[in-house]
Amino acid sequence: MTGILHGLAMLRGLWAVAAALLVGAGLIVAAGADPIEAYLALFEGAFVDYWGLASTLTKACPLILCGLAVALPLRAGLFNIGAEGQLYMGALAGTLVALLVPGLPGPVHILLCVLAGAAGGALWALIPALLRAYQNVNELITTLLLNFVALHFTGFIVSGPLEEPGAPYPYSPEIPVSTMLPVLLPRTDAHIGLVVAVVLAIVIFLAFRRSTAGRSLAIIGQNVQAARYAGIPVRRTMIVAFLVAGAMAGMAGIFEVLGFRFRLFHAFSPGYGYDGIVVAFLAGLSPLLTVVSGLFLAGLRSGAGALQRAVGVETTVVEAIQGLVILFVAVGLAVQIRNATRSKAMPPAAEPAADEPRP
Amino acid sequence: MIDLLTNPSALVEFLSTCLRLSVPLVFAALGGVLCERSGVFNIALEGMILAGAFGAAVGAFLSGGPAGGLAVGILCGMAIGAVLAVLGISLRANQIVVGIALNLFVLSITAYLARIVFGGQANTMRLNGFEHTPVPLLSDLPIIGKPLFGQDPLVVVMLVTVGAVWFLLFRTRFGLAVRAVGEAPGAVDTAGLSVTGLRYACVLGSGALAAMGGCYLVLSQIYLFSEDMSAGKGFIALAAVILGRWHPVGAFLACLLFGLFDALQLRLQFTNPDVPHEFFTMLPYLVTLVALVGLVGRPTPPRAIGRPYRREGD
Amino acid sequence: MPKAPAPGGADSPPAPPRLELTDITKRFGPLLANDRINLSGNRQSIHAVLGENGAGKSTLMNILFGLYQPDGGQIRIDGRRTTIASPRHALALGIGMVHQHFMQVPTLSVIENIVLGGRGSGVGRKRHGRRIAALAEQFGFDIDLDARIGQLPIGMQQRAEILKLLYHEAEILILDEPTSVLTPVEIDPFFDVLRNLRGAGKTVLLITHKMDEVMAVADRVTVLRHGRVMTSVTTAETTPAHLVELMVGRGIAPLPRRDDGRRGPAFLSLDRVSAVNDRGTPALQDVSLTVHQGEILAIAGVDGNGQSELAEVITGLRPLAGGAIAAGGRNLDGVSVAARRHEVGIGYIPEDRQRTGLVLTHSIAWNTVLRAFWRHPFARAGLLRPRRIRDHAIRLVDRFDVRLQSIDQEARVLSGGNQQKVIVARELDGRPRVLVVAQPTKGLDVGAIDFVQRHLLEERDRGAAILYISTELEHLLDVADRVGVLFRGRLVALMDRAEATSVRIGAAMAGLADAAEASAVTDGVP
Repeated sequence: MTGILHGLAMLRGLWAVAAALLVGAGLIVAAGADPIEAYLALFEGAFVDYWGLASTLTKACPLILCGLAVALPLRAGLFNIGAEGQLYMGALAGTLVALLVPGLPGPVHILLCVLAGAAGGALWALIPALLRAYQNVNELITTLLLNFVALHFTGFIVSGPLEEPGAPYPYSPEIPVSTMLPVLLPRTDAHIGLVVAVVLAIVIFLAFRRSTAGRSLAIIGQNVQAARYAGIPVRRTMIVAFLVAGAMAGMAGIFEVLGFRFRLFHAFSPGYGYDGIVVAFLAGLSPLLTVVSGLFLAGLRSGAGALQRAVGVETTVVEAIQGLVILFVAVGLAVQIRNATRSKAMPPAAEPAADEPRP
Repeated sequence: MIDLLTNPSALVEFLSTCLRLSVPLVFAALGGVLCERSGVFNIALEGMILAGAFGAAVGAFLSGGPAGGLAVGILCGMAIGAVLAVLGISLRANQIVVGIALNLFVLSITAYLARIVFGGQANTMRLNGFEHTPVPLLSDLPIIGKPLFGQDPLVVVMLVTVGAVWFLLFRTRFGLAVRAVGEAPGAVDTAGLSVTGLRYACVLGSGALAAMGGCYLVLSQIYLFSEDMSAGKGFIALAAVILGRWHPVGAFLACLLFGLFDALQLRLQFTNPDVPHEFFTMLPYLVTLVALVGLVGRPTPPRAIGRPYRREGD
Repeated sequence: MPKAPAPGGADSPPAPPRLELTDITKRFGPLLANDRINLSGNRQSIHAVLGENGAGKSTLMNILFGLYQPDGGQIRIDGRRTTIASPRHALALGIGMVHQHFMQVPTLSVIENIVLGGRGSGVGRKRHGRRIAALAEQFGFDIDLDARIGQLPIGMQQRAEILKLLYHEAEILILDEPTSVLTPVEIDPFFDVLRNLRGAGKTVLLITHKMDEVMAVADRVTVLRHGRVMTSVTTAETTPAHLVELMVGRGIAPLPRRDDGRRGPAFLSLDRVSAVNDRGTPALQDVSLTVHQGEILAIAGVDGNGQSELAEVITGLRPLAGGAIAAGGRNLDGVSVAARRHEVGIGYIPEDRQRTGLVLTHSIAWNTVLRAFWRHPFARAGLLRPRRIRDHAIRLVDRFDVRLQSIDQEARVLSGGNQQKVIVARELDGRPRVLVVAQPTKGLDVGAIDFVQRHLLEERDRGAAILYISTELEHLLDVADRVGVLFRGRLVALMDRAEATSVRIGAAMAGLADAAEASAVTDGVP
């Protein structure tokens, strides 16, 4: 049963991707290039070429984690648009531990950094969670506003207190070599953060299916009033969902520092938190499919350079394709609802799952 | 800060900045009020602003003047509104999901199209925008004259629009129907009016209004288009809609408040050069957040908001 | 002023009837909701359409109002064949409807509600007030036109609805179960309103399932059952007993009565309980009552007088603003919803079965464990045990005779009666010691009502303490051992079943707490 649902969700995703690639082909033609050649170059650059594949895997790690950070609360009808901010706060907290806690053996230090990163993201997510649970303030607006606060706050930290002396651009000193993550593919940036992300996706998948907590989330997501009546502690469950989501995004941030950039840069994220929304929706909110859609979007990004070299079209065309993907996913959802073949993976259309989210 | 009280010209300058910064918010918030009063969530304000800004840049670039920019900008905003309306009203998709999708879509598609249209000169060109055209007599009023009437024509248009939206909502039959459809679409339907038609009108109007905010950014402030130049303004406007209790004048005042803090933040940056400017940049967002949380009393949104209308048994 | 009841079709002119339906048919999937229905309504007459829930009355009226299109048949108005494309078209043809749930915008004033959708421009009192006031005067409606409609009592809201139709020059007025929102003392004045309308030449279609109303006010009656017309006669030609037989179709054995006053010790007690509603205004004030084991204490009242809040404070869904609740000697202060269900043993059949009682998009199996899935035996160490859940679901739907194809179906595909059976099964399973039951019979057909009532009586006889909240007086009186009445959040009357006449209860429901005065006051109440 669940397998069929997942299949359907993926089909819908595939449909959206196909439509987006088709319109994207139109954009490429408009720019005077051959779309088939362009897409072949894109594919090769993303998944065939060794360095390209490594780059795809590196980018997939934060995308999958941020996708989970969006998908998990949405299971309970809560919109976490704040993965971007949680990612920054996680990166900040983890970097502080990497730089300021000295003299630990490498693995322990790494573990501590990752935990700090998770905690940083979780605490940042706690703010909108508490506001939603106890003040009924719309989490959509608060998480988004907190993104800007987090972005500028980390910017302030690395251009002030934590700035590398003499840096041309705001960034922190380099983290100790002992805290750098082991790599997956030799001589590349692809680090083991991706493995952690995939494992977490599987754990969350199992939790959704088999745990009482996952069941509670699903009930809250469909009908808050019935959840209260059932005796589910709605507020506590919402808060925990946000904490876990924030931890995911926070880990995305610290992995990016420990495994790829080795410094905390101002504005280092190319919007992974927002792309996480695309990842989650493309996956139909399924944690397992998040891995697939995360790899797909990462591939788009890392193959863009190859595409530009091959046919001379701006790399931003992949952003346009990504934008089209999310648009077609939304269209697909709408058409699907119209046909009344509702999937349990998505909140119902008729009533926003979070019943009357008041600001 | 003291000089604002002692030096009238500094005060006038400061107020002008305040107003300038709140113009995009006001247009977007008015769009939000109109849309949400009719019972449709509009998370896509951000995307509408950005689409408007992009359209304004393209229009001004191609036509060589601000009027063309304004027209194309408004059309772009309405196009986004049309997508929201089709998916969120006719096809009954979750309006929040559609809004989020539209924001991301506009963000990425404008980034791409801007490179195509403007090529390498995207960040260096200067578009022909609106000239400052003081309104005779009114702009000579003490203190408020210059901020309100001594600036751009769009500032005056904004003031008129606030009044117009108020009049439309509270003094016309159409407005009565809009207010009714956001509360009880069933009553509107059985009264023989078209729920879908009213909501489409409001969502399209909302797209046009929010896009004017984007037009102002391009045609009166920055004179070029840059990626993600809306920078969360749509969400601040959304907060203003709530703070203003879904009332055009309330939302206008809330936007002025946010504009005031933005101006203050800029001034603090200027007067404290040794503090990294990021510290001040985050203030407007924090203020918006605090305002939302510290809201006195519980605001009640239009009752039917976010619920696509479906006739009984349909 | 009211005329004497017109003698139906006897002296109607030879002109065609104002409204004539021929062979109207409407299908919803496999369900034949209206099967070749014929109906006519004359000028200056009140025509009742009588039938149980689900007999097809609402479908027929929605066809008349342009909300549905019939699959077959003809509609004639003043002899001219027509199709009714939309509510707007219906209004233009002079057809107006007062829905069971009023189609009003609570935040707007009476005037604004009335002019909504009408011709002309402007929204204020200045432009439209005079004509509306004149109409109100003509029909004897004493109503504050500037009040927000949501703040008016429900009887006034109903008049505003009727006024709206009159303002829009409706000639055919359809009223869907209009008395279901009224207290017994408001019903006679309402009948006067109907007679006024008839006197003014209107055609009134009265949709109802209540026999006494038909006999009291209608000239003619058409009985529907299972989407078909069983009969169409003048009220003078028929008897209530005959109508009931046609409406229900089969005899239902009367519920067993128990008048010996037998009951167990007190179990659930409320001591000066107060609570506020969602808007923060007082909803319950100083309510004290005790429910004994083995008794049904029924709570009557007009909807919105604190009934929902009463159920919610007992089941733990709403905090107390004052007072205390105890069950079996245990103070329930601070005890969670789940603990009340499982440790104290409080079962709860909520009023809104679709929005509260079930998760419609989840399977029937999941719904049978909605309130216990995290507990033994359905889960262990935080992990679900699907096999046990399925076994439990199969056992429950068997025992309570839920009609379904599979327990994996979504709950939304079940009929209303079967949805209620799922809830009843879940809440009665595990022998609850307290049952809070809210509007258990609302919207159900006769068979399902009988099912619910019998199971509740069984639970009572087993020894459960049952609080039975309902606005449907006839069903409530069928099972009650004692009757209390809520009015504006206060318990204004409490009496044994033997003393509980509908006059006494009706008086209390209307806030006339002193029952002795009731008969004297009834006629004079506006």
